[in-house]
Amino acid sequence: MQGLRPILIGFALAVVLTVLPFGLVATRLLPRDMTLWLVGVAAVTQIMVHLRFFLGIRLGSGDRERNGALIFAFVLLFIMVGGTLWVMGNLNYRMM
Amino acid sequence: MTTAVRHSDSEVSFGFWLYLMSDAILFGLIFATFVVMSTNLAGGPGGTDLFSMTNLSMQTALLLTSSLTVALAHHAAMEERIGPALVWLALTFALGAGFLVLEVRELSGFVASGAGPNRSGYLSAFFTLLSTHGLHVSAGLIWIGTMMMQLLLKGPNSRVLSRLSRLTLFWHFLDIVWIGIFSVVYLPELF
Repeated sequence: MQGLRPILIGFALAVVLTVLPFGLVATRLLPRDMTLWLVGVAAVTQIMVHLRFFLGIRLGSGDRERNGALIFAFVLLFIMVGGTLWVMGNLNYRMM
Repeated sequence: MTTAVRHSDSEVSFGFWLYLMSDAILFGLIFATFVVMSTNLAGGPGGTDLFSMTNLSMQTALLLTSSLTVALAHHAAMEERIGPALVWLALTFALGAGFLVLEVRELSGFVASGAGPNRSGYLSAFFTLLSTHGLHVSAGLIWIGTMMMQLLLKGPNSRVLSRLSRLTLFWHFLDIVWIGIFSVVYLPELF
């Protein structure tokens, strides 16, 4: 999080990754399914850009405790959010 | 002495990081609830009827730019350039406040048109998610004001700088949550 360069690179990438999904939705250039997939991919990429350039996360090198907590949070999120959507979606399907 | 200070400083910073991770899990679960509830309209209005692309674009632009200004404020303060740091912080405050005004206007408009949180499961989940994020932004605004006063009165000493770096983390975190909100809540309904 020192230097000016990572801040500016991160901001430029974030702008591109924001304008892209907004532009795709506003212009309706592609079919709905493909647009929503691209919105999702842009969001995940932008979150990684923020983590790397604004929060200064580097996997491999960098603060191990901090990275460990981050990975643990991701695992918990994956289990809890993924599990909720799976169980509730399945329930919804069976109730139909 | 310095090593002791640095040590306790990195402990505080790690503690704050753990708070952010727990907050990320809180938001993740509210997102999961929202997705589960997203089809429960109960005959009420959905996002397609309510959301405005202009409002969303303006909110996103304000918050994304404020992510840049808060990083520049932190950068300037680390180089002990107080004047620029205060200007960047003031700009961040203004952008964040502008975001909040747009959000409050949008949500109160929904309530006024009969699409409040009590209308349907979808709207309950929507209001929970949006106002939790809005409350975090409000807390961030108070924090920015506090940091401006501390920079002004105490100067860029190590404790003030370490608080400022945690504020920067917090503010970037809010922008990350907003990426999730516009991608999951708004854009699919605006297509």
